Amino acid sequence: MTSVAGRVRSVGPLVSRIAAALFGGYALAALASVAVLALPMSTPQAVLTGEMASFLVYAAAVIWVFAVRSALRAWAGLLVVAAPLLLAAWSVW
Amino acid sequence: MSDLHSWVGLLLGWVLYAMFLTGTVSYFKDELSQWMRPELPAQSGVPDQAMVAQRVADELVALVPGSPQWSLRLPDARNNSVYAFWRTAGAAPGQRAFGEGNFDPATGQTVSSRATLGGDFFYRFHFQFHYMPVVWGRWIAGIAAMFMLVAIVSGVITHKKIFVDFFTFRWGKGQRSWLDAHNALSVFGLPFHAMITYTGLVTLMALYMPWGQQAGIKTAADRQQLNAELSAFIQPGKPSGEAAPLASIEEMVRHAQERWGRDGVGRVTATHPGDAAARVAVARGDGGRVSMSPQYLEFEGTTGKLLAVHEGVGPAAETRGVLYALHLGRFSDSVTRWLYFLVSLAGTAMVGTGLVMWTVKRRQKLPDPARPHVGFHVVERLNIASIAGLSVAMAAFLWANRLLPETLADRANWEIHSFFIVWALTLLHGVLRPAKKAWVEQLWLATALLALLPVLNAATTQRPLWRSLAEGDWVFIGMDLMCWALAALHAVLAVRTLRHQPKTRPARKPAPETVKQPVNKPAGGAVLREG
Repeated sequence: MTSVAGRVRSVGPLVSRIAAALFGGYALAALASVAVLALPMSTPQAVLTGEMASFLVYAAAVIWVFAVRSALRAWAGLLVVAAPLLLAAWSVW
Repeated sequence: MSDLHSWVGLLLGWVLYAMFLTGTVSYFKDELSQWMRPELPAQSGVPDQAMVAQRVADELVALVPGSPQWSLRLPDARNNSVYAFWRTAGAAPGQRAFGEGNFDPATGQTVSSRATLGGDFFYRFHFQFHYMPVVWGRWIAGIAAMFMLVAIVSGVITHKKIFVDFFTFRWGKGQRSWLDAHNALSVFGLPFHAMITYTGLVTLMALYMPWGQQAGIKTAADRQQLNAELSAFIQPGKPSGEAAPLASIEEMVRHAQERWGRDGVGRVTATHPGDAAARVAVARGDGGRVSMSPQYLEFEGTTGKLLAVHEGVGPAAETRGVLYALHLGRFSDSVTRWLYFLVSLAGTAMVGTGLVMWTVKRRQKLPDPARPHVGFHVVERLNIASIAGLSVAMAAFLWANRLLPETLADRANWEIHSFFIVWALTLLHGVLRPAKKAWVEQLWLATALLALLPVLNAATTQRPLWRSLAEGDWVFIGMDLMCWALAALHAVLAVRTLRHQPKTRPARKPAPETVKQPVNKPAGGAVLREG
């Protein structure tokens, strides 16, 4: 039991970061691509802008996740950025 | 950050290597297609596009009557055949709804050459692989590209002294040399690698990131507007049901030629040809402008009346058009094309040296280098098959093009099967042989296949090198010379790998276990020099 807990403690943060990078990063990028629609431009232009920008958001999110000191901070950072994007996305969905 | 770089680089490194190399040769896909259809005569000049369009259009009317839409790509300076694809009339769900074919510009009929996918095989493999649904392949390619983007950014962060490293090269120093080569190759082409990776994602971004479109595009008008920003494919509306022949396609293309120059037309698309509601779009080609944004003239099909001129898209769509064009490089003249090819080859070598470095680096940390752990073994063997083996398989594909009987059923697919069968065999060989021997043998095999390809070509076609030279047939001359150049490259790699003795101890850790390394060190410090 203790060995299992030990394993979780040693591998857990890494797994958490990988999940944050892969899925958190994608979610953030997707959110950004929708949030762009709130900008004052025509819908097709906004859609394309969002799609093009999303990969840069994704890449930046992955780098962030592995650059910060802890997995907790990584997630926190993603959420901080996600909050305003979510508001913007909410207004157009 | 350095771990992130190593792991994202390694995990999809083999996929990326294959994508990079097949993508690199795809810059010459049209030339490759010409070489693989040796029965089609060398194109001395671009034929008049208007006449060709009419010829092939007539043929399509006869070949696929009632097709709701067909589209043909006209010949240009690099293409001596017309590629057409069409929707099949009344295809039931689950049936093949599309058809495609290559047509001879001179006769308008299906090309009378061996069945082959030509250079399009490498091109398609490059972003959607094979033997799997296209969408899966594209997702894998997208994930690999995303990993690459992260690898590039983290790589730049990892190598802080990147420009200093560029001028530092320590020859014959094992891991140091690998690292230096990897750095030099990466920095040399860094803007290109970053561009090509990002723009690669952009080419398929609607697939990878559909959410904005789903959230924002709610009306048919919006959808139509978005389509108009992205392509010159006019949407087939409803047919009237009233039969009416197409007006002169030749006249319509002439109209476009006046606008964009004699060879400036790229595509002709017709919707509901043969119906009173027919529309024809004549689109500008990709040459001479760094953008894939649609520019096209829209005609009423039955009268040939010009309905609309589409020559501009919104700023975001234009940005996408430019990014797309940068990826495909179709705007380029031959000098730019060779630059694309060379830098792209450096990118391939960047991925390759990175992959080999993973094993070189870890070998020194192995507790017992004679019996490495399973993970190491797997990486080492996959490296052999995906780097040396891919060269062998790609050369084998070209051999198959010359050797498979022309009457073979499903011939075009058998060329492709040959590629994969040979590739699988190189993996088997890589697993069965000691690593160093496997590297050397496969590199020699690639050398032989490439060096003898011009000989095979001379023996099996009417277009040997001496005749190509006499006739100034640059596609065939270029292909033969390129084969020899690549053969020489592989020979140098083979010799260096063979001669390599792991005599240099790593500078940092002269631990005893590295001294008694077995001879099967893969290529250490050798392959990179050719990059």
